[in-house]
Amino acid sequence: MYKATVIVKKRAKILDPQGKAVEQGAKLLGFNDISKTRIGKYIEFFVNTTDFETAKNEVIAYSEKLLVNPNMEDFEYSLEKAE
Amino acid sequence: MKLKFGVVVFPGSNCDHDAYYVTKKLLDQESEFLWHKEKDLKNSDVIILPGGFSYGDYLRTGAIARFSPIMESVIKFANSGGIVLGICNGFQILLEAGLLPGVLLKNESTKFICKDVFLKIQSKNTSFTAFVEKDVLQISIAHGDGNYFADEKTLAELKNNDQIVFQYCNRKGDVDSESNPNGSLMNIAGITNKERNILGMMPHPERCSDKILGNTDGIELFNSLIKYLTN
Repeated sequence: MYKATVIVKKRAKILDPQGKAVEQGAKLLGFNDISKTRIGKYIEFFVNTTDFETAKNEVIAYSEKLLVNPNMEDFEYSLEKAE
Repeated sequence: MKLKFGVVVFPGSNCDHDAYYVTKKLLDQESEFLWHKEKDLKNSDVIILPGGFSYGDYLRTGAIARFSPIMESVIKFANSGGIVLGICNGFQILLEAGLLPGVLLKNESTKFICKDVFLKIQSKNTSFTAFVEKDVLQISIAHGDGNYFADEKTLAELKNNDQIVFQYCNRKGDVDSESNPNGSLMNIAGITNKERNILGMMPHPERCSDKILGNTDGIELFNSLIKYLTN
């Protein structure tokens, strides 16, 4: 069994109005050093296999097919052995 | 001859009854709901993917609905030339399914916007617009994610192939930044595919079709379609 975490980020060229709005909140609170806030998604799940390569391929396929829209997002993932 | 409309119902659709009402009651055509778990399009001539919040907009708008069993049949139908109209969430589903290019991002203001807007009919070379006499329609929008985005190559293709059908404009028909409600590139409100049988649009023509609601600009699109298909 592997535990997977996938982080989905908006592509650099895509505007992130949500990040911008949150950053306005940061300024209101006096966090004046904060900049370039971008909001993405954190997704975790388990893959029921003992083989690392199988788990890796499954995470990539799942991400590309459903979790990520390549028109606006990129992703990175990590895998760790789990009980 | 009556046309048969198939209105797909996803969990979270909320404009399905409006689409049914317009096609069945106002236009006096055949109309039937198609449950998302079915695969049978029941001999529909036209498929409507209605507005709403399918699957709660979880993950991304339209992302999960796109894998509903009915969508397999809708994709086959569309790829063989069948007429498909996606309104609002239906447009988002068409983009996720890859039937139309691009993506709809969160509105630039981050706010959900519900108001009447003016649309310039940029192309009359679709079944929905061919017989519409007006050049500017007033139609309502109601969305949080309607900010159309595509890369430069895709935008150029849309423009060169006359695939941009509707653009946000002012009352006079000028397409300007003040009339852009959500930040869409090139004020895009609706597009068609290269083959011109699939139309996706953020505004809701089905909400502006009944006289009792004070605006019937939306029904012009359905009237055009019927004329186009029955002539």
